[in-house]
Parts: sequence; structure tokens; C-alpha cells
Amino acid sequence: MSGPALSGTRSDKAAPARPELIDAVPVRHPGRWAGAVIIFIVAALLVQSLVTNQNFRWDTVGTYLLDVLVIQGIGWTLLLTVLSMVIAIVLAILLAFMRQSDNPLFRYVSWVWVWFFRGTPVYTQLVFWGLIAVLYPKIALGVPFGPELFSFSTQDVINAFIAAVLGLGLNESAYLAEIFRAGLKSVDTGQMEAAEALGMRKSKIMWRIILPQAMRVIVPPTGNETIGMLKTTSLVLAVPFTLDLTFVTNGIANRSYLPIPLLIVAAIWYLVITSVLMVGQYFIERHYGKGVDNLIPAPVKATQAVTAAHTTPATTADEGGHV
Amino acid sequence: MSTPMNETVAAVKTGEPLVRIEDVHKFFGTHHVLRGIDMTVREGEVSVIIGPSGSGKSTLLRCVNMLETISAGRIRVRDDLIGFRDVNGRLHHLPAKDIAAQRREIGMVFQRFNLFPHRTALQNIIEAPTQVKRQSKAAARAKAMELLDRVGLAEKADYYPAQLSGGQQQRVAIARALAMEPELMLFDEPTSALDPELVGDVLNVMKDLAQSGMTMIVVTHEIGFAREVGDTLTFMDAGVVVESGDPREVMANPQHARTREFLSRVL
Ligand SMILES: Nc1ncnc2c1ncn2[C@@H]1O[C@H](COP(=O)(O)OP(=O)(O)OP(=O)(O)O)[C@@H](O)[C@H]1O
Ligand SMILES: [Mg+2]
Repeated sequence: MSGPALSGTRSDKAAPARPELIDAVPVRHPGRWAGAVIIFIVAALLVQSLVTNQNFRWDTVGTYLLDVLVIQGIGWTLLLTVLSMVIAIVLAILLAFMRQSDNPLFRYVSWVWVWFFRGTPVYTQLVFWGLIAVLYPKIALGVPFGPELFSFSTQDVINAFIAAVLGLGLNESAYLAEIFRAGLKSVDTGQMEAAEALGMRKSKIMWRIILPQAMRVIVPPTGNETIGMLKTTSLVLAVPFTLDLTFVTNGIANRSYLPIPLLIVAAIWYLVITSVLMVGQYFIERHYGKGVDNLIPAPVKATQAVTAAHTTPATTADEGGHV
Repeated sequence: MSTPMNETVAAVKTGEPLVRIEDVHKFFGTHHVLRGIDMTVREGEVSVIIGPSGSGKSTLLRCVNMLETISAGRIRVRDDLIGFRDVNGRLHHLPAKDIAAQRREIGMVFQRFNLFPHRTALQNIIEAPTQVKRQSKAAARAKAMELLDRVGLAEKADYYPAQLSGGQQQRVAIARALAMEPELMLFDEPTSALDPELVGDVLNVMKDLAQSGMTMIVVTHEIGFAREVGDTLTFMDAGVVVESGDPREVMANPQHARTREFLSRVL
């Protein structure tokens, strides 16, 4: 408290003189300067080689950077990333909840799912999804060993794109499930008890109390996984799905015998998308850090609500509650 | 019943029994924590429980709102059997939905507050009324502001728990429990995580709540509160009720050596 002149106590004295502020010489860091010089020289050499080395073929990079095939490839890559991550996240939440369930069957199913999809290579799984129509030419819904309700040809439904999304999404769900499980476990058990004591049901507690707090822990590694997924999509040629960024740039490179500039084109675009994803992650983290990580000074609109709630204005002080 | 019971129970309050705890036992595995607890709390009564660490006070409170399930005996609140349904003499576990419904009538305040850190004080309070009782947001907010005003924190409505002192957090937690309009409030050492200078604010809120007629079971080490506000004082040790009666009487004239020893340490 630095209020003006506390009555009585000090009013006779003049305000204390402003103290002489310390103006000390800072510690010198010669090592930092040496390090900076070295880093600068290395960076300069790197830039020089990028500019002067003709083998990079920057003109070709420029030509293909906005090529319509490349842009379409980006679109497919983004679509694969987003859809497979959406599937993975939905499944992961379900799997993580199942893993915490009181129902032992749910716990086992969740465990086996993670065991299987994490335990086999994603490449193998993608090839497998590509061959699903060979394995099951027809998908039918009906009573096991009983009558069929309806059926359709697998090839019509699971085309290469769907196979790719399913392959990527199901594989990723196993990794995300573990991230979500860790997140849920990081929330203090008192939170569950407090919500239970208020008469809230388990599903509501999970959605409204536990998961939002767990998201603080879940978002950073999930961002990591999303960026990983962006690049894992290049494996979809295993299905085979052949419209994504890596496959398209490879194709152009093979036709034009210019592999290096097209690798650079792909790398630039992957970097751009990654940067955008990182910005998105920053905002998501900020949202879920509310109340814990980013404590903005509290707003004061509460006082208006007080007057709305009472006919007489509230005269309470912070100290001493009175019922 | 083999537990030593004091016969000088001076029931100050004459209301109907609200909580009836009958020969309750609780095992954690083979650990016999509650060993036949009998206790009655009348409407409007403030029942204070004291006892050494590990004597089972928290466990008993947690059994009353089903955060723990009792191993033997019965707990009744009003006419509800807590956690079970009696079908022709055979007990059936209640489904989660019915347990939640029973808990709505019982507020609980924890030693470590357990406010939802991602919600402001106001949001903490309206969470259950809007989500469980399906009250409108506006009605719940108006009620919440009234409660915040009651605990002296109206101007802190939009603060996050991390921005409040321990004492303020605990008062918000009390308001949050009251928002469900429970007929019984359980307090598990509500002031023991607080700095000494913050204890008074919380005790004042509890005292006023008691004066407003709320039925309360309070586990506390605040002997002064027990003497001043309590209608009954129960001393527990090693899972049994050693002695129970009018707080002033028990403190002035404890009947059992264990009670005397405990009181000599805390008074
Ligand atoms: N979930 C549990 N699993 C196993 N044992 C438990 C569990 N909860 C409590 N206990 C044991 O039960 C006994 C009573 O614990 P309880 O928390 O009820 O004591 P208390 O009287 O509240 O003590 P304190 O004053 O320290 O809070 C202790 O021995 C404790 O170790
Ligand atoms: Mg305890």
C-alpha cells in the first residue's frame, strides 16, 4: 500500500527524499561477443553459398514455387493433415476417456488399440488400407453370422484419399491417445472431487472441468504431432495416393531432371505451413492457459453486475465476509 | 456397539435429525479406518469434529457425500440412504445419476479449496447451477453475485483463482457450494491451508452461515470456532467416536483420557 499521507502517523514529517538509485557497471560478457562473431561469420558463409552456388537453380525454384500443380499438392497435403488430425484427435479423446473408465472392457479395448496402431509402422498401415478392397471387396452391415442389412462395394467407398486419411488418422490416434491420457492424469484429483461434490456427472466433468485443464499439457505435444503429420503425409504414396506436395514435386523433378530446386520448393512450403501452424498453436495455448499461464490483470466489470444483482449498491469491502 | 460414548449429549438444537450415521465402517483394503461410527446431526445444527491426524475425520465426511463408499452401516440424509437403495433388505448400489442427485443436496468445502483454475470466481460459482440444475445464465449470475457479496468478494467476481489469496479462494469455494442451495454443508479443515491472518475471514463466513440456520458438519482444528459456533463437539480417535457433546462441556470437562490428552495439546 502506498497511499497518500497516512493520517496521524507521519503527517508531521516531509515526504522521504527520493533515494539515490544504484547505477552499477554491468558484468561484461566477452564470450557472448566471441560467440556472436562466429555465428555471424557462419551465417554469412551460408548465405553467400546459397546466393552464389548455381546448382541451387533459384530461377527454377521461382518458376515452380507457385506452379498450379504445386499449389494443388499443397491443398491435398493440407487436407490430408487436417482430416487425419481431426480423426486422430476425436479418437484420442475417446480412447483416453475409455482408458480412465470404470468399465474394464473399455480400458482393454483402448489399450489394445494403442498397442496395435502404435506397434506397426505407419507405412505398413497405409499399404494395408490401400489393399483393403482386395481384402474386403464388399462392406456389409448386418447381424454377425446372420442376415445382412445393407452392403456396398469397398472400392466405391474407400478410394485412395479415404484410405490415406484413415491410415494416417488411425495410426496417429494411438500416439495422441497417450498424449491425452498424460494430460488428463496431470489434472489434480481434487478437481474431479470438487465437481463430483457439486453433483456433476462424470461425462460433464470430463468435458467441462478436466479436459480444458488437461489441454494446457496436451496442446504443445499435439502441435508437435500436427507438424509431424504434415510431413508424414508424404508417405501416402504407399496407398498409393499421388497428389500430395512431396509426390507432385518429385514428379516434376523427375520429368525436368532438376531434383534440387524442387526439393527446395517443397521445403519452403512445408516451412511456411509449419510456421502458420505454430502461430495457430500459440493462440490455442493462450486460450487454454487462461487463469493459469496468462493472468491478465482482472477486469472490473464485476461491479456493474453487483448493482444489477442488488437493488441497493454493494458496500462490501474485501475483508471480512458477512452473511 | 463397543465404542465408548459419552452420555452427556446436550442437544441444543431441537430440529429433526437430518444426518444419521449408523454404525459406519470403512476399510481401505485391509486397513480398518472407520470402526463403527454413530452420529446424528439435526437440522440447523453445527456439528464439529476434532481428532488427531489419521483418525478418520476426512474419511467420514467423504462417506457422507459418497466420495468414499462405506463398507458397513448406513448413512441417511433426510430420508435418503446415501449411495444405496434398499430393495427388500438387500442393498443395491445407486447408479451414478442418483448419486449425483444426492450430492446436489450436500455442499462440500475442501482443505485445498479445489476451485476450477480455468474459471473466474463467478464462473466457478455458476458452473453447477447452469450445468446441473439448468438455471439460466442470467439467473445463476445474479445469484452468484449475491453469494459473492455475502462472502465479501463481490468485486473479485472476474478474478481467476490464481489471482486470489487462499482465504479469498476458500470463500469463493464456500459460495460455489452454496450456489447449489444444499441442505447440508460439509467442511473438511477449511482453514488449515491458510495463513493465520486469513483464517478469520473464512471462519466469519462460516459463523454467519451457521447463524443463518445451515446444517453443517465441520472438521477443524479451530477450537475457538468449535466453542463459539459449534452445537456439538465430537472427538474421534482411531476410527471411533470417543466422546461427543456440548462443546463447552466437553472442553471444560472431558470424560476420557484420550480427549483430555488431545485437548491439552490443542487448547
Ligand atoms: N484412499 C485411501 N486409501 C487408503 N487409505 C486411506 C485412504 N484415505 C485415507 N486413508 C487412511 O485412512 C486413515 C484416516 O484418514 P483420514 O484422511 O480420514 O484422517 P483425518 O482424520 O482426516 O486426518 P487429518 O487430520 O490428517 O486430515 C489414514 O490412516 C489414512 O492413511
Ligand atoms: Mg483430513
